[in-house]
Amino acid sequence: MRAPSLLHIALVTAALATVPFVTGSNVVLNFLAVALVIALVGQGWNVLGGYGGQYSFGHAAFFGTGAYVSAILQVRYGLNAWLAFALGIGGGALVGAAIGALTFRSGLKGSYFALVTLAFAEVLRILASVAPITGAGVGILVTLDLRPQAFQFQSRAPFYWIILALVAISLVIVRLIEQSRFGAWLVAVRENEDAAQAVGVDTTRVKLAAMTISAAIAAAGGGFYVQYFLFIDSGIAYGPWISIEALLASIVGGIGTVFGPLLGALVVKILGELTKLVTGDAPGLDLAIYGSMLVLIVAFAPHGIAGVLADLRSRFARWASSVVERAHG
Amino acid sequence: MLSPGILVPAILNGLLTGAIYGLVALGLTLIYGVLHIINFAHGALLTAAMFAAFFAHRLLGLDPYLAALILTPLFFALGYCLQRFVIGPAAHGEDRNILLVTLGLAVVIENLLLYAFSADTRTLNLDYAFNVVDLGVALLAVPRVMGFGAVLVVGLVLWLILSLTDTGKAIRAVAKERLGAELSGIDVGHVYAVTFGLGTACLAIAACLLIPTYYVNPHIGNAFVLIAFTIVVLGGMGSVMGALLGGLFIGVVESLCGLYLGESLGQIGIFVMFILVLLLRPRGLFGERA
Repeated sequence: MRAPSLLHIALVTAALATVPFVTGSNVVLNFLAVALVIALVGQGWNVLGGYGGQYSFGHAAFFGTGAYVSAILQVRYGLNAWLAFALGIGGGALVGAAIGALTFRSGLKGSYFALVTLAFAEVLRILASVAPITGAGVGILVTLDLRPQAFQFQSRAPFYWIILALVAISLVIVRLIEQSRFGAWLVAVRENEDAAQAVGVDTTRVKLAAMTISAAIAAAGGGFYVQYFLFIDSGIAYGPWISIEALLASIVGGIGTVFGPLLGALVVKILGELTKLVTGDAPGLDLAIYGSMLVLIVAFAPHGIAGVLADLRSRFARWASSVVERAHG
Repeated sequence: MLSPGILVPAILNGLLTGAIYGLVALGLTLIYGVLHIINFAHGALLTAAMFAAFFAHRLLGLDPYLAALILTPLFFALGYCLQRFVIGPAAHGEDRNILLVTLGLAVVIENLLLYAFSADTRTLNLDYAFNVVDLGVALLAVPRVMGFGAVLVVGLVLWLILSLTDTGKAIRAVAKERLGAELSGIDVGHVYAVTFGLGTACLAIAACLLIPTYYVNPHIGNAFVLIAFTIVVLGGMGSVMGALLGGLFIGVVESLCGLYLGESLGQIGIFVMFILVLLLRPRGLFGERA
């Protein structure tokens, strides 16, 4: 598929930005805001998993760190919410860099990498569920303070625009990576790490940089989540749900593509809501459907929706040119 | 320090629990050793087996030890079909895809169980569950002693299958040299599926040994499988002996950590050890290859 230009990103963002003018429904805005959080964390996953080929099963570690750092700095240390949000991103990036340094130095890849990221997220979850600073089993409530300077708003629309802006920034970042030398190294690592190393790519450093960026993006999702819901606990922050939805969005939408995670998050979330409409609020069924989507997509559309669309487009182009040929012949 | 009166029972109980851990890990390591994949659906399959054992008693009145005779072949068939008809075809021969497919299966199985049986925790009340044997130094629960013995028998049977039967030889051949095995006429797809079936059958036995003294809920498998991952990594991926010894070792470590540090921190001890082993010695203590 041809790489989308910055203009495409601007157009998609502008189109999504009009939603609050079209509908004042909080249900729609809530739904889209949550879907965009997943798109953002999924984009983070995509940098490392989609472009770098390192499948993390524990992006909750970064999402949760972004959320907790932001909440703790605000509630326990009285820091400004925006500053706390920024430091949360930094904290997530730091955790990503630390885990990346440990795992990539020891040469862990493939299944081992998936396992060790999963284990780190679980360790953080257990620690957060017992440590006093994270509110242990109770979690942290962010004090209600509905002012823009406190990163809280009266209505849902400003929240929606902020998460949309964050997603747009992540789209631009990934687009820039894709076109850069660093992006080429990253794809080289994914396609054949030994060969990449043989031609002089410092694969450990490339993977480490990708993991840090990936973690920072996921942490931004966590920080936003805290402002939006004003609550975080160990299950939400470090639970497996966010790790799974992040990789699912990326894979369903189209792994290693700029728009994949956004597309995937919207499709996955819409399917989730439809299931709830049909079955009522039965626990488990939406996740069971996500799981089967994961299996089906891997089995039948390994390049995700973006891949299917590209395939259809080229088929249509071939069909159109054959029609034209026949008309001329 | 604690007196031997507390320490010895803690170690013995750790060994008994560790044997079950070892059996769960055995299934995982067998699959890894032959297919070179980490089966992320292992925990969910254990949960499914525990529910099966639970309802075999609740609905059919089957004693868990009798249920094992039925559930083991049933889960062998389930594992065989999963690998042959779902994981194998869906993965297109790419390791990364297998990771995702087994993860997807885990999510599906776990949440279908949650949907069907809700998050409630269930226990069986068997009249022999609280019987104990008195060793003089310690009192040990009878079902757990039986579990320990059963694991040893399963380990022995598995070893016999792998070393004496034609299928066992084919499995070992594929584990050693896939292409060579294929060239000499071994049906690799079949061997993969049989191995996956054997790994899943281990879970059915583990579930039947666990259910008399344990509880079941839709997330129970996760607790075991993370321990099993630790054991498999510690014992060396693909090493059958490593899995059993690693299981006993982790059982004792967990029991002692729980004694000194309390329940939740004891759990962290296992994870920390897991991460350390992965980082420092990813081949494990008995493993031959990375």
